Amino acid sequence: MRSRFIEHTAPPLGPYSGLRGMTTVNDLLRVTESGLYCERGDFYVDPWRRVPRAVITHAHADHARAGSDRYLCSAAGKLVLRTRIGGGSPIDTLRPGESVSLNGVQVSLHPAGHLLGSSQVRIEHGGVRWVVSGDYKLQDDPTCDRFEHVACDVFVTESTFGLPVYRWQSPERIAAEINDWWRANRDAGRASVLLAYALGKAQRLAAMVDPTIGPIVAHGAVMKLVEAYRASGVRLPSIDRVPAGARRVGDGRALVIAPPSVLGSSWLKLFGESSVAMASGWMMLRGVRRRRGFDRGFSVSDHADFPGLLAAIDASGARRVLVTHGFSDTLARHLRESRGLEASVLPTRFTGEASPDATAAADDGEPDANGDGDRPDADALTTS
Amino acid sequence: MKRFTDLYWRLDATTSTNDKVAALRDYFAAAPPDDAACALAVLSGARQLRSVSTSQLRSWAAEATGLPAWLIEECYAHVGDLAETLALLLPDAALDATPGTDLGLAEMMQRTIHDLRATTDDHKREVVADVWRRLAPRERIVWHKLLTGGCRVGVSRTLVARALAEVAGVDPAEMAHRLMGAAAADGPAYLRLLASESTEADSRRPYPFFLAAALDRTTVEHVAEDLGAVGDWQSEWKWDGMRAQLVRRGEAATVWSRGEELVNEAFPEIAAAGESLPPGTVLDGELLAVSDTTLLPFATLSKRASRKRVTNKVLADIPCVFVAYDLLEEGGVDLRELPLAERRRRLEALVPVPFTDRLASLPVQPAHLFLSPLVTGGSWAELAALRAEARARGVEGLMLKRRSSPYGVGRTRGDWWKWKVEPLEIDAVLLYAQAGHGRRAGLHSDYTLGLWDGDQLVTVAKAYSGLTDAEIVELDRIVRATTLEKHGPVRICRPTVVLQLAFEGVSLSTRHKSGVAVRFPRIVRWRKDKEPAEAGTLADLRRMIVAT
Repeated sequence: MRSRFIEHTAPPLGPYSGLRGMTTVNDLLRVTESGLYCERGDFYVDPWRRVPRAVITHAHADHARAGSDRYLCSAAGKLVLRTRIGGGSPIDTLRPGESVSLNGVQVSLHPAGHLLGSSQVRIEHGGVRWVVSGDYKLQDDPTCDRFEHVACDVFVTESTFGLPVYRWQSPERIAAEINDWWRANRDAGRASVLLAYALGKAQRLAAMVDPTIGPIVAHGAVMKLVEAYRASGVRLPSIDRVPAGARRVGDGRALVIAPPSVLGSSWLKLFGESSVAMASGWMMLRGVRRRRGFDRGFSVSDHADFPGLLAAIDASGARRVLVTHGFSDTLARHLRESRGLEASVLPTRFTGEASPDATAAADDGEPDANGDGDRPDADALTTS
Repeated sequence: MKRFTDLYWRLDATTSTNDKVAALRDYFAAAPPDDAACALAVLSGARQLRSVSTSQLRSWAAEATGLPAWLIEECYAHVGDLAETLALLLPDAALDATPGTDLGLAEMMQRTIHDLRATTDDHKREVVADVWRRLAPRERIVWHKLLTGGCRVGVSRTLVARALAEVAGVDPAEMAHRLMGAAAADGPAYLRLLASESTEADSRRPYPFFLAAALDRTTVEHVAEDLGAVGDWQSEWKWDGMRAQLVRRGEAATVWSRGEELVNEAFPEIAAAGESLPPGTVLDGELLAVSDTTLLPFATLSKRASRKRVTNKVLADIPCVFVAYDLLEEGGVDLRELPLAERRRRLEALVPVPFTDRLASLPVQPAHLFLSPLVTGGSWAELAALRAEARARGVEGLMLKRRSSPYGVGRTRGDWWKWKVEPLEIDAVLLYAQAGHGRRAGLHSDYTLGLWDGDQLVTVAKAYSGLTDAEIVELDRIVRATTLEKHGPVRICRPTVVLQLAFEGVSLSTRHKSGVAVRFPRIVRWRKDKEPAEAGTLADLRRMIVAT
C-alpha cells in the first residue's frame, strides 16, 4: 500500500498564489491555500483541503480531514485515523523512524506523544532537515509512545499553551487528584462525570485512573475510539458502554467519561446526582473554571506546557523555528529574544489563536470537536 | 493563612448562597478571634491599605522568574488577574518548608503586609521573596490580593451577617445592624461583636440600608398589573445622587455612605446641619450636589465624595444638600417596623421643607436639609407621564414604596421598586476590545464602540455588560479573527459587529474625543441583522442632548 503513495507522480510545478507568511519559495515546506506543502516531494502535511497526498500527524479533526486521495500516517495511528476519516481512501503507514523517499525527499515519522499514533514528520532534502512536530507533549502517557527528540534545522512547533503560566503537574499528581475526587463522590453516592475530548484524552484518563475505585462507563463517542485503541494493542481497563435506551445507569459509584458536548443535554440525567469535572489544560485558570461552571477542573493536557515547548525546541537544535496554533506571536518573540533563534509565526487555517472557550469545551486545541469551533474561513488566512 | 485560603477557595467554588454561608460559618466557628477579626474586615470590603505596589510586585516577579517584563504582561492580559498570574509564574514553593510554618491570618497580615509599609523597598522585596518561597500557588493568589489591597471576595454583607448570626446564635437582622459602620478591629472587639456588648462605636452606628429592586416589567399596564392599586404606593423622584444616612446621636451627627463609610469629612456642611436635629434621630436620604439654578451632575458630586478633606473653595463650588426620604429612628427609638406612611408623617414634621428641582425658589438658610417631595398622581398613567419627564428634570425616574411596608434590610423584593426612565439607545460599531477580568478573564469582553462622523468611526463609549456568556464567547472569536492591531491587551478590530447600546443620558464633554459623553452605557443586544454602515451617527447622538 505504501508504494502507491510513494509512486504518485508529481504534477508540473507551477506558481502558487497561496504563498504567504514566513515560508519562501526556496523552503522545503511552505504554506499554501490547502495547507503546509512540500513542493519537491509533492505532499501536504495535515492539509486543510482535499489533496492528492496527505501526511497526517494525528487524527484530531483539525489535522486529519476526510476526502484526500491517499494518506500516510504512523502504523500505530492507522486504525484511529480510519475511524475518523471513514472508509475509501487508502492509508499507508510507516513504523517509527522508518524512512521513505517521496520524489527524492526523505520522509520519516517519529512519536509526538500527543495521542495514539501521533507523529512528528521529519523531512530531509539537500542536507536540510525539517521537523513538523504537529501537536505534542513531553509528559508520559500510558496510551502512546513518548515524544522523541529529533535533531533538525527547522522546527515547526505548536504553541497552544505557549505562555509561562502553563506548567503542568506530574501525571501521577493529577491522577491522584482525579482518584480522590472520584472516591469522595462514590462515598457520597454521586456519579463522577469527567468531560474530556473523545479521542486521546478520554482514553488516557481511563488508563490513568485507579479502576479499583468503581466501574468506568463511557459515552458512545468515546467507546468507538476505545475500541480502536484496543484493536491497536493499547491496554485499557474495563469500560462499559452506556446502553442505548437506558433510563438510569450506575448507582452513583461510576466514573463516566464523556465528551463536553453532553453538557446541558438530557444524557447527563441518566446518572442521577453527579459531580461534573472538566479535564483540560485551560482549567489552570480560575476565570475559565468559574465561567464554565464545572464542579471541578483538572488541568491535564495532551499538549506541551511552556517548559515542555522550550525543552523540545532546545533539544531539536534547530536555528529556525516556525510557531503555529496558539500563542504564536508571543512564543516566537520569546524564542528570538531569549535564545537568538530565527523564530517566526507560521499562519494556519485556524485563527491561530488559543481561546479557552473555543477549545476547552473540546480537547485542548481541537476546535471542531464540540461543533462550535473556529470555522475555517478564508479570512483567517488573510488577517491572522 | 491556610484556613483563610481554604475559605477563599470554598467561596470561590460555589454560587449557592447556602454553601457560602456554610463556608463562612465553618470558618468563623474555627478561627482564632484575631484571625476572625481580620477576615471579617476583608470580607466586609473594608478599605485595605496597600503596602506594595503592583509594579513593584511585577518587577520582583520578573527577577524571581527570569522572565522579561513584556512576557509577564502578556500573561496578565491572558489570565486577567495579576495576583493569579504571578502565583502561576513563580517557581514552586519548597515543599519541605510548609509544615509547621503556617501563620494565622492576623499574624501573616501584620508581619508580611502591615509592617512593610514603613520599611525600605529592599526589605519589602526580601519579605515578599520569602513568602513566595513558602506559599503554594493557591495561597499566593490570596496573599497577593491582601498585599496589594485588592482582596474582594464574592459574598455580600448580608451573607456574612447570616453566618456570624449563626455562630453567635442571634437573629441575622440584629447581626447585620451590629456589623454596620465599624468592623471589629481586633480579637477582643470581634468577641464583643459576637457577645453583643455595646461599644463606643455603637452610638454612631447607622442602620443597614434597605435597597430597592428594579421593576421587571416597566410598561404602565404591567406596573398596574404587578403592583395593584396606585393608592397603596408612595412615589418620589429617584434622585441621581449618593445614598446616605444622617445619624444624630449624643453630641454629634455623622454621615454614612451606602458603603458604610463615614463621610463627615467630605460633607461637613451636612454633618453640621445634622446637629440641628434632635438627638436620637436617623434619616435615610440622598446627597445631591446643587448650584443656584440646577442640580449638578453625579460626576460633580463624586468629586466631593472622593475628597478626604474639602477646601472652602470646593465647598463653595460644589454645594451639597441632604434630601431625606425616610425616618429610621426618632427619640432614640428604632422606627423601622412602623409602616412607611407613619414614618413619612413623622418625617414631614421633623424636616418640613421639600426639596424642589426649581432651585431658585429654595429658602437660602438652612439650605442643607430637605424633605424628598412626594410625586402625586391619581393613576398609574399619570405617574407614567411624570416619569417620562424624569430626564428633563435631572432625575433617574420614580421610586415606588408600599405605604404599609416596614423598612427592610438589604435588597428585599416586593416593597421598594425603582421605576427608572427608559434608556436612550443607539446602534454602535465595535472598534476595540480588551480582555476582561475575573469570570471573563481571557475573553475579550470589554468593548469600545463608535459611531459614524462622516466616513469615519469615532469612539463614543466603553461597555462591559449586556451580552450573554455564550454571546461573549462568540464575539471573542470574532474579535480574534478580525484583529487588525494589538496594543498590549487591546485589540483594534476591523468594523464588522453592530451592538445596540443603551445609556441614561448624553452630555457635552471636553474629555472625550467625540465631544460627547454617555452615562451608564451598556449593551442591549447584538444587532446581527445590521452592517456597520447602518449604525448610528455622532449627529444622532448629539440630537439626544437636545432631547434631554
